[in-house]
Amino acid sequence: MQACLMDFRDSAAEAAFRAKLRDWYAQNFDPAGKSGSGRPEVDHMRAWSRKLHDAGYVGLTWPKEYGGAGLSPGYQAIYFEEMARAQAPEHIGVIGLNMAGPTIMAWGTTEQKQRYLPKLLSGEEIWCQGFSEPGSGSDLAAARTTAVLDGDHWVVNGQKVWSSWAHIADWCILVVRTDQAAKKHEGLSYLLVDMHAPGVEVRPLRQITGDPEFNEIFFTDVRVPKESILGNPGDGWKVAMTTLLHERGTLAFALVGQLRQHFTSLVELARQPASDGSVPADDPVVRDAIAREWIELQALAFTNYRTLTTLLAKGQPGPESSVVKLVWSEANQRLTKLARGLQGLSGMLDDKGGVRDGYWQYRQLRSRGNTIEAGTSEILRNIVAERVLGLPRSR
Amino acid sequence: MDFAFSSEQDMLRTAAREYLAERHPLTGLPAIIDGEPGWQPESWQPLADLGWTDDELTLLDQVVLFEETGAALLPAPLFSTVALALPAVRGDEELRAAVASGDLKLSLAWAESGRPQGIADTGLATTADADGRVTGRKILVPDAAWTDELVVTVAGPQLRLVRTADATVTPVSTSDRSRRLYEVEFDSAPSRALGDGSVLAEMESRAFVLAAAEALGVGRRALEDGIAHASTREQFGRVIGTYQGVSHQLVDSYASLELARSLTYWAAWALAEGDDQAAVAVAAAKTAAAEAAVNACERVIQVHGGVGMTWEHILHRLYKRAQWLEAFGASGRALRGRIADAVLG
Repeated sequence: MQACLMDFRDSAAEAAFRAKLRDWYAQNFDPAGKSGSGRPEVDHMRAWSRKLHDAGYVGLTWPKEYGGAGLSPGYQAIYFEEMARAQAPEHIGVIGLNMAGPTIMAWGTTEQKQRYLPKLLSGEEIWCQGFSEPGSGSDLAAARTTAVLDGDHWVVNGQKVWSSWAHIADWCILVVRTDQAAKKHEGLSYLLVDMHAPGVEVRPLRQITGDPEFNEIFFTDVRVPKESILGNPGDGWKVAMTTLLHERGTLAFALVGQLRQHFTSLVELARQPASDGSVPADDPVVRDAIAREWIELQALAFTNYRTLTTLLAKGQPGPESSVVKLVWSEANQRLTKLARGLQGLSGMLDDKGGVRDGYWQYRQLRSRGNTIEAGTSEILRNIVAERVLGLPRSR
Repeated sequence: MDFAFSSEQDMLRTAAREYLAERHPLTGLPAIIDGEPGWQPESWQPLADLGWTDDELTLLDQVVLFEETGAALLPAPLFSTVALALPAVRGDEELRAAVASGDLKLSLAWAESGRPQGIADTGLATTADADGRVTGRKILVPDAAWTDELVVTVAGPQLRLVRTADATVTPVSTSDRSRRLYEVEFDSAPSRALGDGSVLAEMESRAFVLAAAEALGVGRRALEDGIAHASTREQFGRVIGTYQGVSHQLVDSYASLELARSLTYWAAWALAEGDDQAAVAVAAAKTAAAEAAVNACERVIQVHGGVGMTWEHILHRLYKRAQWLEAFGASGRALRGRIADAVLG
């Protein structure tokens, strides 16, 4: 038999990229200086995003003509691994980079790409997502926010909800109903809406973490230029599927990178004496639980590599990629809960009173959203059941 | 970073799957393993002719192969010969050739009563005297009655090769009839030296990777059965696979098998390359794959309802192999203990 192709080592070029990136983190990022709790702080994140962009580390896989680096997805994976290793924060434009950007690249006109993509990469313009509504969460095609053509403008009316970062966003990818007569999935369109336009009102919703990370957005007679649409009127569902594919696809490396950061922090926590003086890492039950989380983390990381290999070879990810977000979300919930459990009643202390300024309290509470956002676990299991296992449709 | 199989490996997978489906269909298995001798000795030579006992196969080739033989619950001493014993005779060209040609079927006799029973545990009561005569009692020896010779661990530690006919092999009643266990008594049995115990750690690691590969096959086969049943069985006027209480259990089985698959390929690569993460990768793969297979079988039994509990249904055969693999060599808890030592110190 021939030697196998399988090889988990970096190529020479990848190794050079990794070394340079690691060095850059060492020069530019001081872990001791980072915010203790890890709560997102907008000003810091903006400045950090700018720094990343100036160094050329944003949009690694994007085409050079739109300000990207034109590299293969393997480099993006290395970026997230090194980000996790340095315990560094991510770019502020997560919605833009992972959802709006790839959708604009797939469906946008040349003018749209030139207009939106460079400022998205630099962090100058922040994007949010207007998909969910009070009456349609998982059932996106039931969206009721309307856009009616009036001369050269769409006039938008309605309400969106659970829009992360909308309170600081400049632009919104918005799914609206433009044809009341058409069938559910065929009457939708996909607009790019200026969040500073008259009639847009953002009301922050406080999350269980106490942070206003997500928002309600109210649209009252908001006038959107006719050409600010991706695809044609009626293409909204197809365009939105591109967005969700990317949300559930390329983000996987970022998710696993974040889980690795949490795992590293968990190991640090377990090795330090708890408030009662005992060292959790000496407890066999704790050791077993931590080993389980390590196994899950490695399994997710290597499943991502499998997906990447298939993506590079065949142009689309393999079916195994469908479970990564599902498994990651539950792993992150378990891991952060385990970390709080190690702290006893002290685990209830947050902010300055808590371990690492309440890092674990914030992370654990925030993790409860992981099985809801970007497709609830119930919807994701339905998708895998039908599209991967070939089971009959449940609805 | 590349996770691709070579075209030769893809061909091996397809060829093995087709051969096993034709020659060793699961439907014919119960009659063979519930009877005696529990396998078809005449089926061995064709396996050797296919190259399956050839030491030229890389570990990753063997992973591909053992997933398929696992899915077929192939009743033959292939795991014991290739996954367990082969590394011990590798240094001897003649023995290696005899295994490859199908003339030598082997197993490994390592466990003893009342002592730690890991493959690499070396506090052994079985001894070899100055003339190489082996005396002692081994338990839980896989496939022993189907072999020609046995690789025996003895105090020292060293490895000795004993003709099976020179030992007393006693069958014990076992739950997984397709991979039986035996007690083997050696009373001044003549033997030849195979070297010291330094190869034991590597033997254990290889056996764990291939046990993981088998588990992937067992779990996959059970899951296929669950999907087929859930796609056809109707209750309350609907196919039961449309109920999320049913379909989501199958999805969770699929998810954990795919994660374990990633770990198994990583472990095979790391071990073959001597990567410094090899030991933890192997531990992770073995426990994750075995657990995923056991869980898949349990969920699929549940999805089948009462039929899943019957002796006639094939599921319990898969389930018992999955349990065998989970119990083999080191428990999940012990393997996670090794990982915790590496991660936490």
